[in-house]
Amino acid sequence: MTTDQTPETRPEDQAMEDIGALLGETNDDWSDADDDAERTPSNLMRLLGFLAKGEGGWWTFGVLVFICVVFGVLAPDFFSRSNWVATSEYAVEYLMLALGETFVIATGGIDLACGAVLGFSGMLSAVVMQSMLGGHADTLLITVVGVVVAIATGAAIGLFNGFMVTKAKLTPFIVTLGTLGMATGGTYLLDNGNQVSNLPPQIATLGTTIWLSGWLPVIFVVAAVFAIGASVLLSRTRFGMWTYVVGSNPLAARRAGLKVDRHLIKVYMLSGMLAGVAGVLVTARFTIASPIAGANDELDAIAAVVIGGASLFGGNGTILGTTIGVFVVSILVTGLVLVNVQPFWQQVAVGAVLLSAVMLDQLRRRLAVA
Amino acid sequence: MSENRSQANLASPDASGVGADPPIVELRNVGKHYGRITALKHVSFSIRKGEVVALVGDNGAGKSTLVNIIAGALAPSVGELLIEGEPMRFRSANEARQMGIETVYQDLALANDVPAWANLFLGREIKRRGPLGALGWLDKKAMIGAADEALGRTKIRIKSIEAKCGALSGGQRQAVAVARAINWGSRMLLMDEPTAALGVEQQHQVGVLIQAVREEGTPVLLVSHNLPQVMAVSDRILVLFHGHLVKELATARTTTDEVIKWITGAGLVRQAAS
Repeated sequence: MTTDQTPETRPEDQAMEDIGALLGETNDDWSDADDDAERTPSNLMRLLGFLAKGEGGWWTFGVLVFICVVFGVLAPDFFSRSNWVATSEYAVEYLMLALGETFVIATGGIDLACGAVLGFSGMLSAVVMQSMLGGHADTLLITVVGVVVAIATGAAIGLFNGFMVTKAKLTPFIVTLGTLGMATGGTYLLDNGNQVSNLPPQIATLGTTIWLSGWLPVIFVVAAVFAIGASVLLSRTRFGMWTYVVGSNPLAARRAGLKVDRHLIKVYMLSGMLAGVAGVLVTARFTIASPIAGANDELDAIAAVVIGGASLFGGNGTILGTTIGVFVVSILVTGLVLVNVQPFWQQVAVGAVLLSAVMLDQLRRRLAVA
Repeated sequence: MSENRSQANLASPDASGVGADPPIVELRNVGKHYGRITALKHVSFSIRKGEVVALVGDNGAGKSTLVNIIAGALAPSVGELLIEGEPMRFRSANEARQMGIETVYQDLALANDVPAWANLFLGREIKRRGPLGALGWLDKKAMIGAADEALGRTKIRIKSIEAKCGALSGGQRQAVAVARAINWGSRMLLMDEPTAALGVEQQHQVGVLIQAVREEGTPVLLVSHNLPQVMAVSDRILVLFHGHLVKELATARTTTDEVIKWITGAGLVRQAAS
């Protein structure tokens, strides 16, 4: 203990203190950067920042209105009943996938497998329903079994994803890239790459019934009900709050006693189950189960979530924003068809909107967050 | 459950005979070894109701080890930790918190993307009554009201209780973290380097916060490098040097220079000489 140090070490300590104070002040300058007048952004940046600020996005809604107006002017048929039905039916699968994706992205993760899970669970449920049709079971019962099989399949893959992310500690990107490949291959293996068309009549009824004198497809109503449920779950319940907290600061979540791993597993299962429901809805829409159903859908679903204001860093995103994002993507696609643009341009347009959305997200981080 | 117990303790009218009560937290000969390396040796001290005790020491003096032992994150190798006279053995930080030892970490452990009020209720969310509550439906109004009240007790005004934590200043974020800690009838508040990343004005706010907590009777153990602040807010100063508790100083009867002498070990030299 008693070392050869003398009371004369004092100046050095003073120097250390000064350095500490300096560091402290520098940190303060960083953390309060936006309170300072010196760093005032230009008016244009401010306007963009303001537009980007409204999370769940007023600006996204503005984009939606804008493309509606543009297409409405260019194509008189845009506001027709047939185009609305085509657009809303087209939106169903992307909406269902994007709902689950919103939760996953809010936790700071990503689910690349949802499109493949849609295909696999849809195909598996179709194969099961087809095989049951040979027996004497009631067709309604067969339909119910088919729905349950699809949802259970999605839940099982989601459980696997969640387990690999939390217990095997692999990044969500890699885990879901793996299950994307496995589920896609599995879809082709189920019926040797063939379509399944021998399905109970209830499936066709579900897919072709349109309520409100031809304005409201039932599969869209189903998706809308799920969207409302997801919105309540994310914005009003403890489950939703924890989803944001886990994405925002996992360490704080753990310190507060949240069961982070269990919650993440539930979120991936939710995404899988919604993809399972989407699998049935897509089968119903085409009254046929195709092995290519859902392929690459995850990209548009992720695009919709990001356009809707979510950040891939986690901690935010809303179902309202995602729903608007889904409609931006869907209307771009069906609208471009109406104005006779070569279909290949659809993906280009979606990609451009996605990049603009991400750039606005970056801007928001710089301007709106202290 | 823990809230009830500590509320009962707060209610016990002992203002006259504080000295007769067992200390809120007491350490008896606490030590920690990592193999042959000793991080902490024979440390004994106690903290009483309404006291602000500062723990100072150079890097590597054993402050973090001591803090982690009190916070329940680390088990001592030897010695006893007593809470209001009862020996405790914490197996996790959660257990320590259940016994009323609330820690405000240096990084504050706040979720920046959710509102301030939600951060006060992390892991302790209030649900609505009835079937909706059973489904996990949150009672936002109740939480906002309670959070508002808890933040009022910290004497720091924050922009808006519904603002996201990330949009608040460093001092305001500290207030949210402290409000969360004291909102649960805590017995003692452990603050680990609260001013490490703050500017002058916000350091002042932390001082205000500590005073507000003290006025409620909750003792504070303040771990800090910030000697001006330690001198301004503490009642006693404990100095750690190479794992030993070398000096206990009454803040009112000491100077910054003397504290620095003990931190650097120079005080020991003088003591040995005399």
